[in-house]
Amino acid sequence: MLRILQFLYRIRAFILFVFLEVAAVWMIVSNNSPQGAAFFNSSNALVGSLLKQQADVVQFFSLAEVNEALTDENAEILEKLLALQVPADSMPIPLDSAFAATYQFRGARVIGTSLRFSQNYLTLNKGAKDGIKPGMGIFNPYGVVGRVKSVSENYSVAFSLLNTGLMISSKIKSTDVFGSVQWDGKNSTEARLLFVPRHVVATAGDTVVTSGFNAVFPEGIHIGIISNVAPDEKDPNYLNLTVKLSTDFSKVSYVYLVENTQFNELDSLHRQSEISNEY
Amino acid sequence: MNIRNLISYLLLIIFLGVVQIFFLKNLALFGVAFAFVYLLGILVLPISIRTVPLLFIAFALGFLIDLFYETIGMHTAAATFLAFARSIWLRSISPTGGYAEMEEPSLAEMGFGWFLSYSFPLIFGYSLVFFTADQWGTGGLWSILNKSLFSSIFTCLLVILVQLLFFKRRRGI
Repeated sequence: MLRILQFLYRIRAFILFVFLEVAAVWMIVSNNSPQGAAFFNSSNALVGSLLKQQADVVQFFSLAEVNEALTDENAEILEKLLALQVPADSMPIPLDSAFAATYQFRGARVIGTSLRFSQNYLTLNKGAKDGIKPGMGIFNPYGVVGRVKSVSENYSVAFSLLNTGLMISSKIKSTDVFGSVQWDGKNSTEARLLFVPRHVVATAGDTVVTSGFNAVFPEGIHIGIISNVAPDEKDPNYLNLTVKLSTDFSKVSYVYLVENTQFNELDSLHRQSEISNEY
Repeated sequence: MNIRNLISYLLLIIFLGVVQIFFLKNLALFGVAFAFVYLLGILVLPISIRTVPLLFIAFALGFLIDLFYETIGMHTAAATFLAFARSIWLRSISPTGGYAEMEEPSLAEMGFGWFLSYSFPLIFGYSLVFFTADQWGTGGLWSILNKSLFSSIFTCLLVILVQLLFFKRRRGI
């Protein structure tokens, strides 16, 4: 018995090493599983405030560009608003009020981001206090950015679109053919459009937008432009479509968050009918 | 380790941490060469340190970097591996007379050639663990090796540069 204890004492460093490695791997796994609670991440107060300080300095230099994008967007919205105004000589018919309240929008600022790993995340400067909830979609004037993963009081952490674990239900705008956009972990300016069948005629230059099927993003938010069409080598029934992302992830600074207020209802309906919906 | 060494070590850790988190986080030369300059904090710990405290220091340091990188566990696993490999590697490359007189395995005390052969394999091993964890199930072996090789070259350069710039040289050498 003493021998065994002595032996164990002699290899204590190795035992500790194995123990710490197992702890680290457990942290990796629990952090990456969608349901796993992530206790330690940059949404905690100290880390969040430090990242915010850094973002304050860095983003000062991109203010001009951000302003320009906002002006462009304002112009676009003004145009739509004018189209909505009812001419004086007509009789408007009120639409279903439930539709109008389906999506709610909020704004936030990105204070931390990465784009060089295969699982990339964003940290936002708003949290539960400002009404941010896990599962909200994130986009900016250029296109889709990601999806909120977890929130704390003042900050929140989100999956970037550049995260191999995130799939976004999308469609080709011109033909309404739908598929899923997923990043393949290689190039931060490109993603793949999956599950588009072979008979579909897709050409380089077609726009890819969100489909509105997944109840996270409203329909028609830009994702990117198809840059390459090729038959899939692994599964000949599908096309291998490369999408050039319209969002430049190296300078994402201000973003909008969108919440589907009827998400819970849709989700429970899906569960009830045992359909697993992708996000 | 006396109190003065401890304080200067803590200052080094804070300096390396700040540089790592605020400047090197989003830096990747040509998309493949990452810099993990904070590893210097594990590499220059005294040779005489026991493996158990070394493992704890590396674990804590890796975890701290992980918090900011949003990659919980990945730096931790790799840094712990580096710390464990360090004690084995130091034993196997010990000079004939042993390490008796020297205190820490730094560039100034051990010379350029020795330091390179000490740090490069360790940093390469670290990068290998890190990128394997990062690309688990997605990337191929080729991309892991590619990133590991260039990251360890880049990190080695930076680690040597930091020592040349900020470490006091021994008088007489």
